[in-house]
Amino acid sequence: MSGRTLFEKIWDDHIVTGDDPALLYVDLHLVHEVTSPQAFAGLDHAGRKVRRPDLTLATVDHAIPTTARSLGIRDPRSKKQVDTLRVNTEKHGITFFGLDDPRQGIVHVVGPENGYTQPGKVIVCGDSHTSTHGAFGALAFGIGTSEVEHVLATQTLWQRRPRTMAVEFDGPVPPGVTAKDLILGMISQLGVGGGQGHVIEYRGEAIRSLSMEERMTVCNMSIEGGARAGMIAPDETTLAYLEDRPLAPKGGDWEAAVDYWESLTTDPDAVFDTTHHIDAANLIPHVSWGINPAQTAPITSSVPDPDAFSDPIDRDSVVRALQYMDLRPGTRFVDIPVQHVFVGSCTNGRIEDLRSAAHIVAGKKVASGVTAVVVPGSMQVKAQAEAEGLAEIFESAGFSWREAGCSSCLAMNDDVIPTGERCASTSNRNFEGRQGRGARTHLMSPAMAAAAAVAGHLVDVRDWS
Amino acid sequence: MTPISVVTGTMVPLPQADIDTDQIIPKQFLTRIERTGYGDFLFHDWATTEEGAPSSDFFVNDPQRAGAKVLVAGRNFGCGSSREHAVWAIQDWGFDAVIAPSFGDIFRNNCVNVGLLTVELPDDHVALIQQIAQDPNATIRVDLEQQVVEAADYVFEFDIDPEVKERLLQGLDPIGLTLQEEAVIAAYESRRPVWLT
Repeated sequence: MSGRTLFEKIWDDHIVTGDDPALLYVDLHLVHEVTSPQAFAGLDHAGRKVRRPDLTLATVDHAIPTTARSLGIRDPRSKKQVDTLRVNTEKHGITFFGLDDPRQGIVHVVGPENGYTQPGKVIVCGDSHTSTHGAFGALAFGIGTSEVEHVLATQTLWQRRPRTMAVEFDGPVPPGVTAKDLILGMISQLGVGGGQGHVIEYRGEAIRSLSMEERMTVCNMSIEGGARAGMIAPDETTLAYLEDRPLAPKGGDWEAAVDYWESLTTDPDAVFDTTHHIDAANLIPHVSWGINPAQTAPITSSVPDPDAFSDPIDRDSVVRALQYMDLRPGTRFVDIPVQHVFVGSCTNGRIEDLRSAAHIVAGKKVASGVTAVVVPGSMQVKAQAEAEGLAEIFESAGFSWREAGCSSCLAMNDDVIPTGERCASTSNRNFEGRQGRGARTHLMSPAMAAAAAVAGHLVDVRDWS
Repeated sequence: MTPISVVTGTMVPLPQADIDTDQIIPKQFLTRIERTGYGDFLFHDWATTEEGAPSSDFFVNDPQRAGAKVLVAGRNFGCGSSREHAVWAIQDWGFDAVIAPSFGDIFRNNCVNVGLLTVELPDDHVALIQQIAQDPNATIRVDLEQQVVEAADYVFEFDIDPEVKERLLQGLDPIGLTLQEEAVIAAYESRRPVWLT
């Protein structure tokens, strides 16, 4: 019998009953205001209760304002949604990081930073970017509202066993190239549906060298390549991040947990269903030019010509993208002007992301005509950035410094990019209308977005001085 | 959940690849706390002007397409966000089935959970059905029990996960079924390590 992959070990350890489909036990259920109200309503309607409130954590992030908390929520529907979550969590005894809690933030930022996210756990949330938590060697994936209700009621989920995919990032990461470029580069090569039906394990020298924040950026965007989950085996970097986090095991429990976590690596003789290689050593910083995250290319290149695509469906897709994005084939990416810059999101709203952006803008000014905003991923990230002087750097440069939330990543609150305007964004999706109806998104790393804010156009951050 | 066995009716072709759930139901409708009433907002930003008036002959504005039962979509339909609201909107508008070469994984799971039938067929079969669907009066018949799609003179067989098929045919409540596994769930919980809080 051949060895097992990291994914297979976690899967096997969580089977309550069945084989394929298996009933999987859920160790951590993260809940937010947008995809949970109908689930709680369904539970109440059927007279059911939450099976394990102690394994459930709720926060508000998607639709809340990022202006001063004292101003409250202006939009009555968002306010009702947030109030509904507060009432539901009180009723069922679930820990709730509400708007006035210093631990509030984006669900995929607060889970890790408070130690809820741990290797080997099965983690679910009614949000497709739940794949983020796979950075710790957890099996983490997004679910719909019906499944949220199922997990609330039973702490389990019926799942078909997905296929396994290894993505090997070969070679060291070159200077100026970030985790965001690794994942954008991969998605541009595999396509937006390339990971369908698979769980990806990210491997290789480039991945091992990444910090936890960087690993979270990589795993976060697994879903943009079509994979519900992406994961990285835990190692010393993982343990160093976790130790002493509020919810991390303590004392003898820590030792026992580490013993188990150290077993969570893919065996040398394990077999993946699919393997891809990415040449990380020769990677160039990437930007998106189209309306899905696979429509992405190196910053040194230019807007593609639809005629270069042989598949008619791909060609139509490029034509539509260039029309929406108002771009002409052959335009160099570095010549594309931007009117907005957004630094934040569950992809790039962590402390290291803010440090990276602040490093670029220190002592400089946002270009005239550019509106630049930093939205920390959590209130703890915000506090830390303020303590380190990052907030001051951003504000002196002309950035707006906000309260934590999802903000312009999906623009459910007031942080909407106007029609026809162009945004350099550290978020994860460049879908039509994502940041505002008719708004044009270019995805990139925090350093690249920060440089674009100062230059007023896209730039190759490797040329930055 | 209403059981599904056969879906018969007219159809709507939507050949574009990679249609994401942000397009199916834009974010401005996600602040509602209800599970119903999303049909009016299906593909809202493609179908309306900024002021909210109908902007085009897109199918939701086309009286000839009203009452259609089957959406015939492009590859990777429903990719992106996990929002189940996208499935609620498609179903609430009146569709009972979606046919495509492939689907986003989370979207397809969500469809099973609300009783919307998804059928995967090869690209060329889907293209052929989309061709037939150019005629708004053309009908299609999707038979889940027999696993066949019939349109014009064509009959296409399709594969489906037998467990999903059973759930759709019977309209089963999955939570009620899982709760019958109480003993094994409790036994599993008693085996979990103490540090795993």
